[in-house]
Amino acid sequence: MRTKDRRVQGERRPASHTAGAPPTAREAPTDNLVEIRDVSYSAGHREIFSGLNLTIPRGRITAIMGPSGTGKTTLLRLMTGQIKPTNGVILFDGVDVSNLSRRELYDLRLRMGMLFQNGALLTDMSVFENVAFPLREHTDLPESLIRNIVLTKLQAVGLRGAAQLMPPELSGGMARRVALARSMATDPEMLIYDEPFAGLDPISMGMIVRLVRQMNYALGITSVVVSHDVEEMAILADTSYLLAGGKVVAAGTFLELKDHASEIVNQFMNGLADGPVPFHYPAPDYYEELLAGTE
Amino acid sequence: MNLLRELTENLRELIATVGSVFIFFGRVLGQVPRALLRPSLIIKQVYNAGALSLVIIMTCGLFVGMVMALQGYDVLQRFGSEDALGSGAALALLRELGPVVTALLFAGRAGTALASEIGLMRATDQLTAMEMMAVDPIRRVVAPRFLGGVIAMPLLAIIFIAIGIFGVQLVGVQQLGVDANSFWSQMRSSVEPQDVMDGVLKGFVFGVACSLVAVFEGFTAVPTAEGVGRATTRTVVISAVMTLILDYMITAARL
Repeated sequence: MRTKDRRVQGERRPASHTAGAPPTAREAPTDNLVEIRDVSYSAGHREIFSGLNLTIPRGRITAIMGPSGTGKTTLLRLMTGQIKPTNGVILFDGVDVSNLSRRELYDLRLRMGMLFQNGALLTDMSVFENVAFPLREHTDLPESLIRNIVLTKLQAVGLRGAAQLMPPELSGGMARRVALARSMATDPEMLIYDEPFAGLDPISMGMIVRLVRQMNYALGITSVVVSHDVEEMAILADTSYLLAGGKVVAAGTFLELKDHASEIVNQFMNGLADGPVPFHYPAPDYYEELLAGTE
Repeated sequence: MNLLRELTENLRELIATVGSVFIFFGRVLGQVPRALLRPSLIIKQVYNAGALSLVIIMTCGLFVGMVMALQGYDVLQRFGSEDALGSGAALALLRELGPVVTALLFAGRAGTALASEIGLMRATDQLTAMEMMAVDPIRRVVAPRFLGGVIAMPLLAIIFIAIGIFGVQLVGVQQLGVDANSFWSQMRSSVEPQDVMDGVLKGFVFGVACSLVAVFEGFTAVPTAEGVGRATTRTVVISAVMTLILDYMITAARL
């Protein structure tokens, strides 16, 4: 493949990274594509993670679950190098993500795909152009080949017929499927899904579940799914992590999480309204506050 | 003490913002050579910032010229020198009114469109998605829009000036009866190439300032509806103030 720059050459040879001199220190490859070791992260004065440890095994579907506001999306941003941890190490295939230059980070991101909650399609381009976008940016492929790749990716997500539609004409589920096709355009090693089921009808949800599995098993891609949809994750995930209070509170298969002794895990997995995550936001005593108003 | 602390805080914030603008400007300039390799992206932005502003620029140019003719004629006829209307109006338009009014209109039409477009791209994760696809949004989104504005602005200023002079002629010569020969000949004899260059230079400088403010405000907008709205407002206000300050500085340096 003719390429515009060296980045895609690196991306096209994932198995032979050692052939080209890696830009940064690399640890020996392990069964885990991503390793998060003792990571802390604070946004302003608010501590979001403290001593977080987590691994993403290669070729598997890993679920990251947790109540709203526990920092699931922040974790994805840390993994993809969008933000840097306050402490700790985040390794992607042995390379510390947080110590890379912009260019090295872009090289690495060619090996990752990310599906955003709202699809994040470029609104001034058609569906076809959206999927072609990464190919046009990173390769000098002839138009006929780009067309074939785009149509193949759109066929895989069932939207070849929608190639000429504009993003505002798509439903939420369709937009996410187009975004998935776009993420797949450069054949990444890892796909990250940020709340892929949020706000979808059951049919669209079923389609996304099917696609996540297909991408994972047919193409051998490592998948990370951030979600709080317990039922869907039960079908999908090989391994699940449950985050709460800036830490992993439970890890294992779905059944192991379901039978976990921890109260917070039990509350989350069974959807209980009250528990360690209280129904009421912390506030002064109710009666005292009411009485103070009358005085 | 509180007032002093607040002033210090505001001053520190201002210095930090100015610093961020310069760093951002450096990043944009660093991506300009690569952006120039894809002229189709720039041409599209020249169309968006320039061609789509043409109607407002031409309408305003015409009316500014017509008002100048009425006011100029009223003043000049008191001294019996109505024939100087052409040269006076042309010099005022070329040196000051053309570039300045065009920049203010440009900030209101194209600048706000740029800021809100980039701000909404930020709010809907489009810029983050680009970064995740290893595409630098400064190169792909910001630099072409910045260059489009920088190219479009002097062209719009020239069009504004030309239509303005047509407006002066329309009212001064056709309606108020100033002699056409004197009108044009006095204009030709008093306007130097330097005056034209001054107008173009100011148009270019205002183009750089207004486009930079617009793309910076859009790129750094808080990713909410309120944040994008605020970025749009700030674009107009800061561009207008910058235009007038730069106008004084250029005029003082050139005269």
